[in-house]
Amino acid sequence: MTTGTGPGTDAATAGYLLRLGDDALIAGHRMAEVVTRAPQLEEDVALANIALDLLGQARPLLTRAGELEGEGRDEDTLAYLRDEPEFRNCLLVELPNTDFAHTIARHLLFSCYARELYAALAASTDDVLAGVAGKAVKELDYHRDHAAQWTVRLGDGTEESAARMAAALDAAWPHVDEMFTADPVISAAAASGAGVDPAGLRPAWDSAVDAVLAEAGLHRPDLPPQAGPGGRGGRHGLHTQSFGFLLAEMQHVHRSHPGAAW
Amino acid sequence: MTLTGTAPAGPRQRFDAMISGEERIEPRDWMPDDYRATLIRQIAQHAHSEIIGMQPEGNWITRAPSLKRKAVLIAKVQDEAGHGLYLYSAAETLGVDRAELLDLLHEGRQRYSSIFNYPTPTWADVGAIGWLVDGAAITNQVPLCRCSYGPYARAMVRICKEESFHQRQGFEILHVLARGTPRQRAMAQDAVDRWYWPSLMMFGPPDSESAHSGKSMAWRIKRYSNDDLRQRFVDIIAEQVRALGLTLPDPDLAWNAERGHYDFGAVDWAEFTAVLKGDGPCNRQRIEHRRAAHADGAWVREAARAHAAKQADRAAAREAAR
Ligand SMILES: [Fe+2]
Ligand SMILES: [Fe+2]
Repeated sequence: MTTGTGPGTDAATAGYLLRLGDDALIAGHRMAEVVTRAPQLEEDVALANIALDLLGQARPLLTRAGELEGEGRDEDTLAYLRDEPEFRNCLLVELPNTDFAHTIARHLLFSCYARELYAALAASTDDVLAGVAGKAVKELDYHRDHAAQWTVRLGDGTEESAARMAAALDAAWPHVDEMFTADPVISAAAASGAGVDPAGLRPAWDSAVDAVLAEAGLHRPDLPPQAGPGGRGGRHGLHTQSFGFLLAEMQHVHRSHPGAAW
Repeated sequence: MTLTGTAPAGPRQRFDAMISGEERIEPRDWMPDDYRATLIRQIAQHAHSEIIGMQPEGNWITRAPSLKRKAVLIAKVQDEAGHGLYLYSAAETLGVDRAELLDLLHEGRQRYSSIFNYPTPTWADVGAIGWLVDGAAITNQVPLCRCSYGPYARAMVRICKEESFHQRQGFEILHVLARGTPRQRAMAQDAVDRWYWPSLMMFGPPDSESAHSGKSMAWRIKRYSNDDLRQRFVDIIAEQVRALGLTLPDPDLAWNAERGHYDFGAVDWAEFTAVLKGDGPCNRQRIEHRRAAHADGAWVREAARAHAAKQADRAAAREAAR
């Protein structure tokens, strides 16, 4: 349970959990899109596994967010009945699977971040979050290794694979900073001890990613962060163009049957 | 394939004795050419069915109507990929390789189960496939756990455990829909109506017309005839459909106390033949999806091979420098 230090604490923690839950939900959804389309059968299995882990992280996070919010929203209400501006995931996780290199680049940059994040959140004052984090960190160790191995294979493999991997990193890179930027909700959760300030995770992320890129013979892209209107992005509910299509597909059956149980 | 050719009296007799003694044939044992060829054809077709079978339900992963159902469905599709892997490995023990078999699938020179050429237009299809298609697969496959070829039999033991889990999940999806809103109930009934007859076709043509059955029975690859297995399946689902509160679209379905079985109507074998020949609703689409995934992944597989070769060269260079 949260250590209640004021009326705003639960709301801040709820908002924080929503950000984490949305990151996992959308990252998992994108990963699941590749299943049946992977370059080889072993990857269909591996990517499905990763998608399942991410969904398995998202569900208790969203459930807990709904409880703390106190408006009777459960995991499905949150996943299926919110509109685009209410989703709080960072933009990196919603980037499309343009090719396998794009899938791997997104997955590497996100899992290196999420792994450090959950390692820190295992000490969260919110017991539910601490529990999810303790389990997630082991899963993310595997996700990070999987992404790192493919980054190295593609970077070191052929001229074509190296070029594709470099292009994919370029596409994802402008969305890195957002993961490490605290908005007021994240700052409040960090102050209460339920969350952590993501800026503190950056050095560990830098060294993990740099090590992978070095082994892959790839350069760290020299690209500035994407500029959002008024500095706004995913944490404010302002998403990339493909996100509306993702939600339309994800939500349409649930929304077509209001109030139905599945 | 090295252990072939004219059989010396010894090995052939040993093989026959092992078969009649219900012993398992293992990859190193001598086996007749046509036993090997029959197994390769059957195991490859089975493996192809597992991976093509990922598609009809796979296209519902992104639309599953609850997070719980989405998780269960991802896990199911993942299991089917795993089944494909076990079965390609079992086929490889007979001297063929997966890449070669995939090429044959992509070129339309080897088959997969025709059932996967039917479309999945609604969420209820995910339930109907689990209940009827996985259900029919189990009825077919449980006897294969005792198949004379060891690697195939062992793969089937593992697979059957997971298939029965799939069948229960499919039943549960339909059970919830059947007790849901009128539209959900209608969706469930519609899906059962569409999958009932194709699921009966999964057991293959009637015994009177089954081309490969005789030898497969003698070799203890197959243990029950197509019609026997079909009957066994009908007897199961005719009972289960009542628990669902749905009906099967077969006016001739009725308990026959004399036979101790359910009677059922005539399967439309003309439809079966048309779908088998490639004229079903999704034949082209299923193969095209597989070909596209394989072609899109070619540069990835090539990169993995190139990286492995470079790694080996680097290791050899380090070794030489010592
Ligand atoms: Fe299967
Ligand atoms: Fe199955």
